Amino acid sequence: MESCPDLVAAEDVLLFVNAAITATGQREFRSGAAEQRLSLDFLHEYVRINYRPLYAASLALDINDHNAALIVRRLLETAGEATADARRTEGRLIAARLARLPAPRVYRLFRALRAAGVNNRRTRAIIRDWVTARPDPALDAVKYRAGLKSAARHAHLPLRGPGEDGGELGDFLFAPRRRTRFATPLLDAWRRAHYEQGALYELPFTVAEGFAAAHGIRRRAFLERIAPRMTRLERLRVQESARAHGAGVDRELSGMPLTRLASYVLGLTLDDRVARRAELTGALRAAARRTAGARAGTWGRVAAVLDDSYSTTGSRQKRRRPLATALACHFLLEALAESYLPLWTSGRRDALLAHPYGPTPLGMRVLDALEHAPERLVIVSDGWDNAPPGLAGEVLRVWRTRLDPRGATSVVHLNPVYDAEDFTVRRLSPVVPTAGVRDAEDLPALVQLARFAEGRTGLAELRAHLDERVRQFLAEAEAETVRRTEGAAG
Amino acid sequence: MSRLDLSGLRARPAQVWGAVRLVPLVRDEPITDLRLHRELYEDGPLTVRGERGTAYTAYVPHGFVANWTGDGSPAAAYGSQLGEERDPVVCAPLHLPRKLVQRRRGKDDGKGRAAGGPSGGLRFLPLHLALDGYLALHFGGPSIVWEEWTRRAVRDGLSPRAERAYRGEAVPGLDDALRVFEIHPGQCGVLVYVADALAAAFVVPHPDDYRALHPSLLQDLYGELMYQYALYGGPVPEFTVRIAAEYVTSLAELRSAAERREREWEGQHAALMAGELLDESYEVRQVYRMGRFRLSRFLPPFALHRTQHIGETITDGKGRVAYLKTFRLTEKQVRRGHVLHRLAAHDWHVGRTAEAMGISGPELVRRVTHLGFEGLLKQHTEAPAMRPG
Repeated sequence: MESCPDLVAAEDVLLFVNAAITATGQREFRSGAAEQRLSLDFLHEYVRINYRPLYAASLALDINDHNAALIVRRLLETAGEATADARRTEGRLIAARLARLPAPRVYRLFRALRAAGVNNRRTRAIIRDWVTARPDPALDAVKYRAGLKSAARHAHLPLRGPGEDGGELGDFLFAPRRRTRFATPLLDAWRRAHYEQGALYELPFTVAEGFAAAHGIRRRAFLERIAPRMTRLERLRVQESARAHGAGVDRELSGMPLTRLASYVLGLTLDDRVARRAELTGALRAAARRTAGARAGTWGRVAAVLDDSYSTTGSRQKRRRPLATALACHFLLEALAESYLPLWTSGRRDALLAHPYGPTPLGMRVLDALEHAPERLVIVSDGWDNAPPGLAGEVLRVWRTRLDPRGATSVVHLNPVYDAEDFTVRRLSPVVPTAGVRDAEDLPALVQLARFAEGRTGLAELRAHLDERVRQFLAEAEAETVRRTEGAAG
Repeated sequence: MSRLDLSGLRARPAQVWGAVRLVPLVRDEPITDLRLHRELYEDGPLTVRGERGTAYTAYVPHGFVANWTGDGSPAAAYGSQLGEERDPVVCAPLHLPRKLVQRRRGKDDGKGRAAGGPSGGLRFLPLHLALDGYLALHFGGPSIVWEEWTRRAVRDGLSPRAERAYRGEAVPGLDDALRVFEIHPGQCGVLVYVADALAAAFVVPHPDDYRALHPSLLQDLYGELMYQYALYGGPVPEFTVRIAAEYVTSLAELRSAAERREREWEGQHAALMAGELLDESYEVRQVYRMGRFRLSRFLPPFALHRTQHIGETITDGKGRVAYLKTFRLTEKQVRRGHVLHRLAAHDWHVGRTAEAMGISGPELVRRVTHLGFEGLLKQHTEAPAMRPG
């Protein structure tokens, strides 16, 4: 038997991990952005002070980018509280995590560090290492000009690549008028784009967009010519606006991440989804199979209760995010399972036409699912069971205590919404483990993590699990660095 | 005197947000030959000149238009005819709200179609009928010139008669409660509870109408009590389902237990929570007749120390409610109605009314003054009561 403080600690850490997976500090369906942020800030503070090693270790988990950046920032702000040994581990974790974060978010983090006045030697080293590891400094200078500039200023970066002539990048950022032309083609294209329309099509899409507006270029012509310079996600994002303008931007839905693809599908009108049914379903299935990988078809009989009630509308910032997660989980579970039974709360059969509608009769759907005696039952819902309230919890409790005490069916509840008032995701019942979920891709890992949430496993096991994850994470990151340096050398 | 007949509407589980509890009412078979839609008036307060130099001024945020067919065939709500228009129709200035209910004149009026078809619906202002009925209660004032009443009371009646109410937007938490509410399929109505006191009932004929009119609850009027309850009343608890695990041995039993809980809630809600609205008998006055439907307003008996509601309703031939909107009176408003009723029943004779109420004459005078009708009484009527002997 674990001692009481250990159980509390395990619970606290899980609470924090669940929050760090789901919360983004943005507005949710039931709470505003300020509430979310206040709640999340408190949680970060609490866990950092009480469980600093675990706080740092959570960087190795599938937490979302917003929280990863927050953790890095808080660790660097309070570096003095850690021992030298702990600082070394933290440093490696931070470097590994930064390498995986999208560049805009890292630049935003550096700017936040600057605003907070954090400028110790360690922070400067971290910034320097990250910037030198960037594959194309010229691209960063053009695309994230303000970000790189502020990072360079803050960390006193030399901004001089090995094979580069004296300080072109520095001049580009801090004194662009000093030179009449730049030797690097991308930098020169940026200079020319100020007066030459043709030059802006050599720039990245987001930068070119600003120049196009300044030159008064029609949207349609612009989109068609800039299309080859767009990234994959940009192409997906402008798909519908391009269609409205009659510009042809080819879409390649294959190779897109599963949840991102589900979000895209939910943004289409129902008529479009019907018309493109084969294409969309094919892309979703392919993404799900790719995510499932070797695990495809190994989960046995699976039933899923998926929430498509009105509350899955999300908010203005997170449009239909809970529904997109549910839809992505639907396709992933289909790929993982041998036989699969999806049950949407609205009673809909056609997953592709999912839209937020009606109340959340989770209890009845759980009953329907249990009737098929599945090996695994996965519930994806925000946990606001309201028709009638609390029925799902009661059904699961009675099922667990009376009808299936040996646990022949393993039940797990995945919740995509952070509840600001409870400091964690909303639970359905104490007998069912609940885990936060943001991207359906993490589902297998989350199901693994969720077993800790049942309250039976203690801190020691959880710590072992975290240590294992940290070890894997750092090993992967180091392998990646080695690969990159070799690639650069070869 | 009659009761409200909400048959055909079933209560579904309530949704709670803060101090507000919303109980959805679902209709198994929607009424298709009567439809409502909303018009927005953007002119602010409206004033209409009447005869003999009188004027009627009202703040009217929105109006309802009822369309119906005489032969029972489906009627279309106006908004749906405009295709994709999802917002309420913004209207030209409203004329003649002096008649609170008016027939819209369409172009093909008089072609012999005996119905309020798409061109000529019936326009009325939500809650106006009900409030007008309450405000105009014995509006004429004393019918006999007893010496206690002032000259003005006899000449002008109760004019000006005023009551205060709060807009839904001012009621704290109501906006969020309505926003996060998940509308049930087939839902045709809602009961709004604030701190578990029934604040308003709202019923429409068709689920599509409800979906369109759900936000209009925010522009309705609510009594001061509801405002205070929402401000000071804490969060109300959810009635979560409890199932006794000991008696469950199979999944089928679990399912039947769950279904039983659902039915129990329906019965308990009608008896415990909505009882004050449904068990009361009302004085109903028909205002307009349209096909098989009747638009009427109703007043409660104004019995003291009981929560009571005024409202307006459209009922079908069998008296079942197709449309309903109610307003909860505050205690003081009930007392005003009560005293006016009693005075009118005894021809405004102070002595006889007081006797019937079991109090003394000066006490009745004090009560009338206290209820905000001091302008009706002559100053010296109170004097004898002040001087002993």
